[in-house]
Amino acid sequence: MAPTARPTVAQPLSPHLQIYRWTWTMAMSVFHRITGTALYGGSALVAIWLVALASGPAAYGWVAWFFGSILGRLVLFAYTWILMHHMLGGLRHFLWDFGLGLDRERRMWLSRGTLIGSVALTVIIWALALTLR
Amino acid sequence: MAQFTLPKNSQIHEGKAWPAPEGAKRLQEFRVYRWNPDDGANPRIDTYQVDRDDCGPMVLDALLWIKNRIDSTLVFRRSCREGICGSCAMNIEGQNALACTMGIDECKAHASGKKHPAVRIYPLPHMPVLKDLVPDLTTFFAQHASIEPWLQTETPSPETEWKQTPEDRARLDGLYECILCACCTTSCPSYWWNGDRFLGPAALLQAYRWLIDSRDEGTGERLDGLHDPFRLYRCHTIMNCANTCPKNLNPAKAIAEIKKMMIAREV
Repeated sequence: MAPTARPTVAQPLSPHLQIYRWTWTMAMSVFHRITGTALYGGSALVAIWLVALASGPAAYGWVAWFFGSILGRLVLFAYTWILMHHMLGGLRHFLWDFGLGLDRERRMWLSRGTLIGSVALTVIIWALALTLR
Repeated sequence: MAQFTLPKNSQIHEGKAWPAPEGAKRLQEFRVYRWNPDDGANPRIDTYQVDRDDCGPMVLDALLWIKNRIDSTLVFRRSCREGICGSCAMNIEGQNALACTMGIDECKAHASGKKHPAVRIYPLPHMPVLKDLVPDLTTFFAQHASIEPWLQTETPSPETEWKQTPEDRARLDGLYECILCACCTTSCPSYWWNGDRFLGPAALLQAYRWLIDSRDEGTGERLDGLHDPFRLYRCHTIMNCANTCPKNLNPAKAIAEIKKMMIAREV
């Protein structure tokens, strides 16, 4: 390629996120990142619960009360979904890393399946938890 | 750290609304990105009304119609008008495509029933702009050159051609068709944030094209060159590349295959 004269004006950067049409695979990739980050918070919840358990009845009672409250249950419900979504996303990436399911139909369904599956699993887990308690 | 917003000089303003041609019955609105290096102003969006009864079916037809009939200052690349040169790659209705193979009705299809009646056209995403719809592809081509896209051999050349079985030749299908239009590479968010170090889907698909060529003897060195946290492994299987490729190729799969070759040679 022939060398071109550098422009004297600062070239603008063409728009990207602002204009790109979302695709399922792109959206689920972003979700995977966000849920992965949110799981740090989820692990903290588990750690708080374990520390309270080790600290004695008073501390445990307080934590059990919080997790049993409406807000606590909402947090746990969200944590369940985030965990399920990241797990299914991980399995999807596991398949893709083997070079499987990369064609148009399959990659779309694997991406949609991650969202549908994570919501379904969350509902099932909570239905079981609430009926069996 | 990735910058998700546009720098100040790149923010887009509303531009000129050109009047509709007189007597036209079937109008289609086009909203086109404009930037002129000579006037020092920010990029803007100009609005054009195209007479569908006087214009061909493709987006490129509409751009040429605009350039011929309304605004001769509109700048874009084009050559073959049949999807083989890769010059007219641009972002049409939010997805990268070749203007010559993207039908005006086709690119609108996803928006049926939605508010936006216009066809929105931008340069390929997250690239320095030279003028209007023309991006600077210098880095893109340099990255292609960096994977050494030619046959590398050590054994002496045969008297005749380098021969290949039909099966080995068939392994190049879905790879050799790449026209280096840059639709895939500029659709990749990973490339947007790390385009200086990540090679991007097009260069990596080309890398794989030479890696699995039965005649090529540079496999080890080629893999060594790609063994890097950024060059190859910034691919996070977002798969915008495969979704957008106007030739229906699958760079994401080619990259997955390279990653498999990396593991295979280490176990």
